[in-house]
Amino acid sequence: MDIFIQQLINGVTLGAIYAVVALGYTMVYGIIQLINFAHGEVVMIGAMVAYSVISALAPTGLPPLAIVLVATGCAIPACMLIGYTMERVAYRPLRGAPRLAPLITAIGISIILQHVAMMIWSRNPLAFPLIIKVQSYHIGGATITSVQIAIIAISVLMMGGLAVLVYRTKLGTAMRATAHNPQVAGLVGIDANRIVALTFVIGAALAAVAGVMVAGYYGIAHYTMGSQLGLKAFCAAVLGGIGNVPGAMLGGVLLGVVEALGAGYIGDLTGNVFGSNYQDVFAFIVLIAVLVLRPSGLLGERVGDRA
Amino acid sequence: MTRSRLLLAAMVLAAVSGCEKKSTAIAIGSAAPLTGGIAHLGKDNENGARLAIEEANAAKIKIDGREVQFDLISFDDQADPKVGTTVAQKLVDAKVAGVVGHLNSGVTIPASAVYNGASPPIPMITGSATNPKLTEQGFKNVFRVVGRDDQQGPAIANYLASTAKPKLVAVIDDATAYGEGLANEVEKTLTAAAVKVLPRERGTDKTTDWKAVLTKVKGSSPDAVFYGGMDATGGPLLRQGRELGIKAVFSFGDGACTDNMKQLAGEAADGLLCSQAGIPPQAASKKFLDSYKKRFKVDPILYAPFTYDAANLLIEAMKRANSVDPAKYLPELQKIDFAGATGRIAFDAKGDRADAEMTIFTMRAGRLEPIAIIKSGKTVKYEDFIAQTGDAAKK
Repeated sequence: MDIFIQQLINGVTLGAIYAVVALGYTMVYGIIQLINFAHGEVVMIGAMVAYSVISALAPTGLPPLAIVLVATGCAIPACMLIGYTMERVAYRPLRGAPRLAPLITAIGISIILQHVAMMIWSRNPLAFPLIIKVQSYHIGGATITSVQIAIIAISVLMMGGLAVLVYRTKLGTAMRATAHNPQVAGLVGIDANRIVALTFVIGAALAAVAGVMVAGYYGIAHYTMGSQLGLKAFCAAVLGGIGNVPGAMLGGVLLGVVEALGAGYIGDLTGNVFGSNYQDVFAFIVLIAVLVLRPSGLLGERVGDRA
Repeated sequence: MTRSRLLLAAMVLAAVSGCEKKSTAIAIGSAAPLTGGIAHLGKDNENGARLAIEEANAAKIKIDGREVQFDLISFDDQADPKVGTTVAQKLVDAKVAGVVGHLNSGVTIPASAVYNGASPPIPMITGSATNPKLTEQGFKNVFRVVGRDDQQGPAIANYLASTAKPKLVAVIDDATAYGEGLANEVEKTLTAAAVKVLPRERGTDKTTDWKAVLTKVKGSSPDAVFYGGMDATGGPLLRQGRELGIKAVFSFGDGACTDNMKQLAGEAADGLLCSQAGIPPQAASKKFLDSYKKRFKVDPILYAPFTYDAANLLIEAMKRANSVDPAKYLPELQKIDFAGATGRIAFDAKGDRADAEMTIFTMRAGRLEPIAIIKSGKTVKYEDFIAQTGDAAKK
């Protein structure tokens, strides 16, 4: 039983990270029906920028928490800038183009970002400085660390903040209006370009925080770390119903838990024919299963009535 | 007219060939990554070969009655198999008499085919490539002066079994040829030593989230965990294992037996057991260590004693064959018995070093410290090994 609880804790932590990244995919898709495949790379850049800042500040003797806050504070604007530039340079000129064109540019941007990161931060795995002492707490036989608690708490806060932004503010209303019908939104005085750019920037800010959390959690940053994570988060977004904000949150957490339980129990269930290295496959099995049974995703009804 | 032309041509030919006979410069190739992530290790390899060649030149060696001067031609293979074969072809075209290199197994294996394809095949000795496949290709011109991965698995497994005395061991690998191969060797050795091994758990060479696997492992409470993989995945594995409260002894192969472990795993790295092929540089002969320090103003990092020996082996074989022709000195290299900076060197039929040493390290306060040397199945404490080689040097 304590193993089951432990796997749940592992899964929820992983799922919280997926959910935050998935929000970036789903928000952009909700507004311009574009799958921004470069979003995973924005997460990676966030981790890398934070790595540089923490490495530079670690010897100064500042309090560790302050260093992490400064690093996150540097990663967020850096990622926002990349998110904005990406939208302005690669996607806006293709707004009216067939759907395939921006999809290809998205893949292109993702490759470019990876290689730029490789040139700046080298191709070696970077050890993320472990400046905060990790505290472990025991619940029954299971262990939860302070980092896991922080990740879950920050993710919940960010998701809550985003929900308030989307459903309770004027900007959120404008975003939803643009998602619903850009032309009509324009008629009532909403600048669609500005709203789309803002959506990218908000998504990138979330990605930056996710990057810092992932790298801090695993203690490692690498220029390819974004692609697999991005793909999983994309699955989470589709699982929950792409374009749907609460759906992305649910999808992320669900995916994390399924992966952890899957990797933990597949060996026992199949008599060790399949091993835990099939962990990454679960995301895609679940994705296919959900899409077959519910093509619009778990919370996908609202996608249907959007224009 | 024709006759005088012929005569002229003959005279020119004679002059040219005469020149060749007087020329005494012998080229020896060195190939290692001199740029990129492991450039420091590549330079270390090159330095070892360079030192051997400079010493040989200073000794004014005579081969076939003439004093010879060796030239080191050093190329950068960028640790890239594609660049490696290009570099190998360049060395073949430069008509080198022998090659010291390459550094990486993945580069050495394709490059060895290029040296083997030259006519006559050019002898190459690597001081650092440990993948068994290199010498399993049946090439007569390929040698290595370090141990093989399939000697390393039994070494670390036996050490683990005899010191930590585990009853139950979890073996994890990264599903690569290296990681799985090493893990298989470890499992085989442990089972033979009557230690129970859990069903294999696997990640990939990109896995950073080991929590699910480790939680499962924790449920069986093993006394030791072995991981076959590199430091980029091993570091997070070790750290997450300790975070989950696994108290078992962790042990890794050489891919994760690097100083990087300190940064990647932090304090969790303390107490790690890991193995490397060969002996650590500080265990090489004092004469070598002193001359290296004097010549390059730094200490050797990793494989320099081995590339030093590799270059010396080429020169020694040439001396014994009294020829610099690869076809003539290759047989001498095959049956050589030589006292090098890393101990006595002889080759088996495949070109592997007979009785290669393996070193066991442990991480203490963020430093990898050698604790034991394993040779021909016998484990010697590191201090005793140093004392022995010290005595041998005095004799």
